[in-house]
Amino acid sequence: MNIHAYERLWVAGSMVLIVGFIATITYGAVGLGITMVDDGEEPLAPDEIDEDERFGEPRVEEVGDDEYEVYVVSATFFFQPDPIEIPAESEVTFYVTSRDVIHSFTVVGTNTNTMVIPGEVSAMTVEFDEPGEYGIVCNEYCGAGHHDMEGELIVLDPEEFEERQEENDDDVDAIEVFDHRTATAGNGELP
Amino acid sequence: MTELFAERYPEQARLVRAALLTSFVALGVGALFGLLQALHRTDVLRIVESPTYYTVLTGHGVFLVVTFTIYFLVGLYQWAVTDSLDRGPVNPRITWVWYGLMTVGTVLTAITILAGFLDDPPEVLGSELSADVLFTFYAPLQGNPLFYVGLAVFVVGTWIAGADWFRTWWAWKGDNPGERIPLPTFMVLTTMIMWYLSSIGVAVAILAFLLPWSLGIVDSVNPSLTRTLFWYFGHAFVYFWLLPAYMLWYIVLPKLSGGRLFSDPLARVVFILFVVLSTPTGIHHQYLDPGIAEGFKFIVMTNTMFLLLPSLLTAFTVVASMEHGARQRGGEGTFGWLRTLPWRDPAFTGMALAGLVFAFGGFTGIVNAGMNINYLVHNSVWIPGHIHTQVGTAVALTFMAGGYWLVPQLTGNRLVGRQAALFQVVLWFVGIVFMTNSMYRAGLDGVPRRSAEPQYAFDYDISLGSMAELDAQLALGGVLLFISTILFLGIMALTWRNDGTEPVVDGRIPPALSGPEDAPRVIDDLRVWTALAVVLIVLAYTLPLVAVASRGGLFGPDITPLPVAVDYWLPVLADLVGASIG
Repeated sequence: MNIHAYERLWVAGSMVLIVGFIATITYGAVGLGITMVDDGEEPLAPDEIDEDERFGEPRVEEVGDDEYEVYVVSATFFFQPDPIEIPAESEVTFYVTSRDVIHSFTVVGTNTNTMVIPGEVSAMTVEFDEPGEYGIVCNEYCGAGHHDMEGELIVLDPEEFEERQEENDDDVDAIEVFDHRTATAGNGELP
Repeated sequence: MTELFAERYPEQARLVRAALLTSFVALGVGALFGLLQALHRTDVLRIVESPTYYTVLTGHGVFLVVTFTIYFLVGLYQWAVTDSLDRGPVNPRITWVWYGLMTVGTVLTAITILAGFLDDPPEVLGSELSADVLFTFYAPLQGNPLFYVGLAVFVVGTWIAGADWFRTWWAWKGDNPGERIPLPTFMVLTTMIMWYLSSIGVAVAILAFLLPWSLGIVDSVNPSLTRTLFWYFGHAFVYFWLLPAYMLWYIVLPKLSGGRLFSDPLARVVFILFVVLSTPTGIHHQYLDPGIAEGFKFIVMTNTMFLLLPSLLTAFTVVASMEHGARQRGGEGTFGWLRTLPWRDPAFTGMALAGLVFAFGGFTGIVNAGMNINYLVHNSVWIPGHIHTQVGTAVALTFMAGGYWLVPQLTGNRLVGRQAALFQVVLWFVGIVFMTNSMYRAGLDGVPRRSAEPQYAFDYDISLGSMAELDAQLALGGVLLFISTILFLGIMALTWRNDGTEPVVDGRIPPALSGPEDAPRVIDDLRVWTALAVVLIVLAYTLPLVAVASRGGLFGPDITPLPVAVDYWLPVLADLVGASIG
């Protein structure tokens, strides 16, 4: 095949560029350890959410030294729990599932971002270095109220977080809010 | 051969005109919807209620990336096959059959989408007549069954169109044994092989799962499975929009520049690469999906990066062809030749600007393709920024520019308003720069796509400029693009009615500098490339599909449909508001 010399040079350059891009991404995966949301979690049918030990009561749970797990349920058009309070400088794993349609769980301005598919559980381990407040949005169209679906992530100073935890242990109201919302969603309005 | 296409093939010209007319009507409606969205999102002007925004969004997507693009494709390809093989189809009636099927499908789907504007849509086939499900129609969002029926009929129409072009080529081959496939026909046939291989995915999703489910024949579906089947098709689909634009860049742009195509063999290689690599990359739209192993995501990431190659090759060949043309016209110097290009020709300038935007947008695509970088931009408004530079400009602006060149040959009429046409393509370029500049930057700061009201309780942390400035650019860009579309449609309508004039275009395509004789014959053996594509698809998709189907079950873990209708949701919304206040 007759290929012009400049064209050969261009093809060679292009291949170098492509291999370079692949190397960059591979470095992100292997070197920096940015893992992808994957098939590591067992499937969970939406009608089993209420009986599930993790998602039956959406919450933040301390599972070890500076290690937390957050069980999030998304449904049209809200997230539970809301707001989510976590400490800075800790390893936090979000587990997210959906009660109905496909949503996303997206912490705005960060790369904490996953699709949420009914029947599946998304898991992401992240660490926030600094205290701060973030919006959480659903960025997958999920119905007429899609734009109303938002939540709040509050990253607290570790010490302040401890104090809040102790307060919350005595505070039953917080749990009642969740129950109320679950009841609303389950009252036959949602199929 | 100075005779016009319309005079040589009156029957074919009639069909191409019909296809382009349908395409342009869809463009007009889609552009109007786009304007509504740009103004609504930015809260400049909200004409519809926010829940109805999603009806507008569904229409914008379907009418532009399905109707506008594919009708232009079938029109252009009908022209290309007829012109390059110098013969009509074996049976012209079949040609009208596929055009008819595509149109029936379009009308059915359009009715279900537009019914979303009614306050009280009627019941049809057991469910409300509406389909606010966007063009991706992810289950468990559910549209009226007619929405899926329309899409299926439309796709079957395109399949018959492809078969019709293959049949024409086989007949030609019988009359011209041993000859190389003319380049335009080669492009048509390879595009259609890609389309057959990929559209199987969406056909299975619709016929095996979504349609029976919307009719109530099966109770539930596996949302991961139908989504994976959609994206099996979905990425090749974007090349289905792009390849007709590539055809214009390879066949028409060099000629408009005053020269001819640099390399015919490389053009063939590019199209073959698209056949081989377009489909086994679809999972890159699902990088952030649970239930799909990281290894599969890594494989499609590498495949996707290699898809850069055909586009980089195209950049070389197209620019080299333009330079050759410019030097034929007396251009000199390293960059001085750029000045001698025919910048006053709207067809040339439109395609050249489209190519420029495509080069930029291509690099944003690499960001999307980088699976771990994708976390940052996934479903942010960065993504529609990418879409609007690619299909919304590289493709749409090339089609419009191509229209300025093609429509006079199809109607036998002179193009009306050459100056206005030049203004139109430049206006599009300016509009898209404003709009996508806003989208890309806002997306990097986390502003989501698809939201009717992306003004939330929190404030965005805008790294450069302000949200008000980004909104202003988005709205301004949307307005300029809409004006540009109206101008284009006006020029087309006047040209269509400009009877009794003589067009000034010359439809002759000069042969390439390096012709097909420089390419080995195996390049033209379509069976080899089809087989290779099938092998890659089987390798890339067998395991993920089996895994997704076995995790959730073929018909899913009892997931109930959610018909998306405004009325239906109002009580839920009211309750939610009540709950949050109480």
